Amino acid sequence: MSTNNDIKSLSRRDFLRYTSVAGGAFVLGTILPGVSPVWAASETDDSSNTLNLFVSIDNNGTVNIVCHRSEMGQGVRTGIPQIVAEELCADWTKVNVVQGLGDEAYGSQNTDGSRSIRRFYTTMREMGATARTMLEQAAAQKWNVPVSDVFADNGMIVHKPSGKTLGFGELAKAASAQHVPQVKTLTFKSPKDFKLIGKPVTSVDLPNVLTGDTVFGQDVQLEDMLYATIERCPVVGCTVKAYDKDAPLKVANVVEVIEMPKQHFPVLFKNLNGVAVLANNTWSALQGRQALNMQWDLGENQRHDSAAYLADLEKRIVTKGKSIRSAGDAYTAFDSANNTLSATYTVPYLVHAPMEPPAATAVFKNGQCEVWACTQTPQSTQQNVAGALGIDKSMVKVNVTLLGGGFGRKSKPDFSVEAAILAQKTGKPVKVVWSREDDIRHGYYHAISAQHFQAGLDDSGKVTSWVQRTAFPSISWTFTGTTDEPQTGELSLGFGDLPFAIENLSCEVHKAPAHVRIGWIRSVSNIQHGFAIGSFVDEVATKAGISTSDMWLNLIGEDRIVDPKTQGFQYENYGESYDNFPIETKRLKNVLNMLLAKSGANNSTSENEGWGISVHRSFVSYVAVATKVKVENDKVTVLEMHSVIDAGRVVNPDRVKSQQEGAMIFGLSIALMGEITIKEGAIEQSNYHDYTVLRMHQSPKIVTHIVESDAAPGGVGEPGVPPVAASVTNAIYHASGKRIRALPINKHYSV
Amino acid sequence: MIRFNLNSKPVEIDVDPNMPLLWALRDILGMTGTKFGCGMAQCGACTVHLDGQPIRSCVMPLSAIADKEVSTIEGLSASAEHPVQQAWLEHNVPQCGYCQSGQIMSAVALLNEHPDPDDETIDSYMQGNICRCGTYPRIKAAIKTAAKNKQSAFDYSLGKEVGGQA
Repeated sequence: MSTNNDIKSLSRRDFLRYTSVAGGAFVLGTILPGVSPVWAASETDDSSNTLNLFVSIDNNGTVNIVCHRSEMGQGVRTGIPQIVAEELCADWTKVNVVQGLGDEAYGSQNTDGSRSIRRFYTTMREMGATARTMLEQAAAQKWNVPVSDVFADNGMIVHKPSGKTLGFGELAKAASAQHVPQVKTLTFKSPKDFKLIGKPVTSVDLPNVLTGDTVFGQDVQLEDMLYATIERCPVVGCTVKAYDKDAPLKVANVVEVIEMPKQHFPVLFKNLNGVAVLANNTWSALQGRQALNMQWDLGENQRHDSAAYLADLEKRIVTKGKSIRSAGDAYTAFDSANNTLSATYTVPYLVHAPMEPPAATAVFKNGQCEVWACTQTPQSTQQNVAGALGIDKSMVKVNVTLLGGGFGRKSKPDFSVEAAILAQKTGKPVKVVWSREDDIRHGYYHAISAQHFQAGLDDSGKVTSWVQRTAFPSISWTFTGTTDEPQTGELSLGFGDLPFAIENLSCEVHKAPAHVRIGWIRSVSNIQHGFAIGSFVDEVATKAGISTSDMWLNLIGEDRIVDPKTQGFQYENYGESYDNFPIETKRLKNVLNMLLAKSGANNSTSENEGWGISVHRSFVSYVAVATKVKVENDKVTVLEMHSVIDAGRVVNPDRVKSQQEGAMIFGLSIALMGEITIKEGAIEQSNYHDYTVLRMHQSPKIVTHIVESDAAPGGVGEPGVPPVAASVTNAIYHASGKRIRALPINKHYSV
Repeated sequence: MIRFNLNSKPVEIDVDPNMPLLWALRDILGMTGTKFGCGMAQCGACTVHLDGQPIRSCVMPLSAIADKEVSTIEGLSASAEHPVQQAWLEHNVPQCGYCQSGQIMSAVALLNEHPDPDDETIDSYMQGNICRCGTYPRIKAAIKTAAKNKQSAFDYSLGKEVGGQA
């Protein structure tokens, strides 16, 4: 806990500014970690402008808790308030969750990187405890009794000796006048007394989902709104040569045809070049768009062919690359090893395909822009919209709707930029509706990649040499237009942080230029690195004639903290301090051992069946996965999956469980069928019939085990994904003897 | 002018009869509980009932629904008392929630047709509804719970006993 209490008592007006919701009589705000350094440097007390507001209590006892993060199914609009309400001793039935607007005062609102709970757990508890203390002080004052005689319970303050009570609502006004206590004087609940943290509290949005009473980005409707659909250039960097402006206008209800501003590299979050058709309803806009008869100047990237590109990567990845981490002399040790093996693994381009295609609505009036969007990044939306319109970002207000899935796609605000541009050009509210085809063909793609591994073993089966290489187009290219090799941030995702105790090690990268917009998708580069490492350990185990789990335990080695910096790699550790979140081999081995005990993955199976396992640390959490498959008549059936997650202290076990279930299924989609291919620079897939994702009949029995821990909370949304693909291909190997090194599996077997 | 019944109430709209029902519901009638996911009957997010049968509203032209009964998620039970909604609540099914209107409408139709479905029947009936968050195991469990609860004498048909009013 920090020493100074940055929590302030505030006015209703402040609450309104950050939430567009009227606050109650008692409003507390605080500074989140990582907030602008400007305030930190200033000692003045006009800080209400940069405070982040979290809690307000109405006279009727309603406790409003601001969630400044985006809900996309991970349960954050429930988890964050749970923490505050716990320390506040609030009555959960009186908690109202208020969605925060996009505002830099919140610090980073980027809901990605699996960090909402891990970043704000402490601050949220301090906030709850502060509010509770001030309510207790107010009650003691009203009753004229010592504050030590009162306590909070379920939305009330209780006078211990007499049993009399006052509700939070009755105390709200008096509490707002109390002195804000120092953090060091606060008392916190003991975990054994937790009533909300660690409990499977039902999602606050669930009842509305069941009746269809929800507003996602696609659902926003404003009076006099126009519906826009945009025909975008099929190749990144191509430009509009000609189009028929009149034909769409002949379609009933089409009202305008607008060419989008011409953009150049880097692609950033700018609009893609193209032409928008605006109508009084979505369907008319889509009809009008078909009449555009677009002609393009396709540009350089039309030469991009994903199959040829991957073949080229595979050719280069077997050669020595640029070292980013090393120990001993991996090459000499390899040459003198008794047994050696090597393998190359590939993963294709992937796209997010959330069930809700991107959508944003914007209004531009009197130099100000208001946006409603299913965004993971309201501040980036604010900044990019402001940039596109040439106005100050203070003139852009961003309302965050529910997100119909995000997976990283909706942390790119390009679709909000499009809506804002069209709103400015038309002077009317405009909703830009992305079709599924738009979503599949104009995404920010997970990078195509190749990994090459080689290992040397001595007579006893001990690994004495390990070389691993990776090559994939970098996300940084999206921002620079020039980056042509994997960057440290991406190599920190399951590659340069290899947790193995091997004397002779070399981790290397190769160049890989980009030809499409590259983005991050759930667990990012951990996808290809987890697949490659998890597969290669299985192959090395087979070579050594021991079980895969024993090989994992041998490679991980004794209990210790692994620090990749000692071997020259500037490991970024998901932005967390290494003191708080080191790589602990004990925890990695623990999830693996627990997995074996719970799943029975080391037991024998029926004919044509096999188990596969893998384990991976990402987003400072540890996950092990075991998958059982059947391979028969050239068809793979996934029978069951078990996962174990150690994410430190867990706030809502049911939502952690549901995230693990979802991660298994997301990982299965990647492993079994995920593939975007590119010909002549354009994406070949277009909808769910050719970019297939897992359906119910392919979904196995899934069992989730959560490690009970009081360690600091780690990430949950993403860490389940990386071990999945390797667990599946390893299981296929053990069932059939066939090793799959090139994803997806449906190129080799029917699924 | 096209007339049909929407959740037991008569509606008439004056739009191109080729417009799919989905866009009429969402853009013209403001009923956004039915979701747009793919536009080509691939994902099931837009599932509604037409005369009691589940259909994908994104490919159903308005001309084909004239004088028929359309039921949407809003017509199931505004207070979420329908046994399928209750089972969804019990199993904490949704994550992002976007596909769930379609999942629920398909599940209701499934249970009307097969009151006590086995795994295979559920898989084959529900495979037209994609959930990208991966709630399939819970959907399956919730359908079984709803089937069990149905045996305590509940009429699944839309518009009868439960809800019926948007």
